[in-house]
Amino acid sequence: MSHGNEALHEHPSVGMRPMYWVWFWLLAMTGIEVFLAYLQMPLRLMLIALIGLSVVKAALIIGYFMHLKFERLNLVLTIIPAMVACILLMNIFFPDAKRLTTHGVNRHMNAAPPAGGAAHP
Amino acid sequence: MSEAVAKSRATGLRLWGGGVNPYGVVYKKLGMWLFIVSDSLTFGALLFAYSYLRMSSPSWPSPFHLYPSIAFSSVMTLCLLSSSLTMVLAVHHSRHGERGKVVPWLLATMAGGATFMVLHAMEWMNLIREGMTLKANPWGDAMFGGTFFTITGLHMFHVFSGIAYLGVIAVGFGRKKFNADDVEVVGLYWHFVDLVWMFVFPLVYLMSVHMGE
Repeated sequence: MSHGNEALHEHPSVGMRPMYWVWFWLLAMTGIEVFLAYLQMPLRLMLIALIGLSVVKAALIIGYFMHLKFERLNLVLTIIPAMVACILLMNIFFPDAKRLTTHGVNRHMNAAPPAGGAAHP
Repeated sequence: MSEAVAKSRATGLRLWGGGVNPYGVVYKKLGMWLFIVSDSLTFGALLFAYSYLRMSSPSWPSPFHLYPSIAFSSVMTLCLLSSSLTMVLAVHHSRHGERGKVVPWLLATMAGGATFMVLHAMEWMNLIREGMTLKANPWGDAMFGGTFFTITGLHMFHVFSGIAYLGVIAVGFGRKKFNADDVEVVGLYWHFVDLVWMFVFPLVYLMSVHMGE
């Protein structure tokens, strides 16, 4: 299959040695995650630890396996900041989850509206 | 081209590296990256929805025992990570013109994905036998089954699509219909599937480990 813009495509040369290391660290971090899951940690602390490790693993996969570390900065800046911002914006829903927990609203109960107050629409 | 225009263009290239090819990648690779951005938002939305439901539920279950669920899902993670390494090897050999080594590594990648799918299907069957469906489960909040099967099912569909995509590229590369760029683009997709699992595994499985008897 021919490509008209073949000459414009850069092929950064990356050796295999760092890739083996990345693979090793990804496996090691997965092992640490499984170990953490069996520690009797507070849920919030465990969530932070697991998500933190997952973000590091994701960065290694994107940077090395997907070669983004070796691409032009233009491509990185076009893809990563917007994607991360969109994903972070989804945190807007969690205060509502907290509200449901705090007020004891259970979606499986046909609870009557609180006395003296109107039900939320 | 006048000297002023040439100088201006050279300055632009130096500062921005743009010109006619600002990203320095073929159109297929840029297209795959844009697809990955959109698909990551799909999975992001699903995982946030899962976390929202979990956080708002007082009876979210933790049904995953060390065996079979955590053992299976850990081995599945090993399969996906190793298949990513074989994919890297396929891309590496294709870039260095070692055509004979590319197809075997692509086949190894497909084997890793197929093993993941078989183990995942067995894990699903175990949970279904224990009474978990889309609408109900014996352990707690009814939404658990629906969210679990939706997220892991969509991911499994991506793995299946990736295996099919790898097969097409392997056959085409063997027949010299596709080149190293095509191998690299399918590699991007495969690593993305691996990347998504790096969030599904801790959020869905490890956060719901059963601690009791």
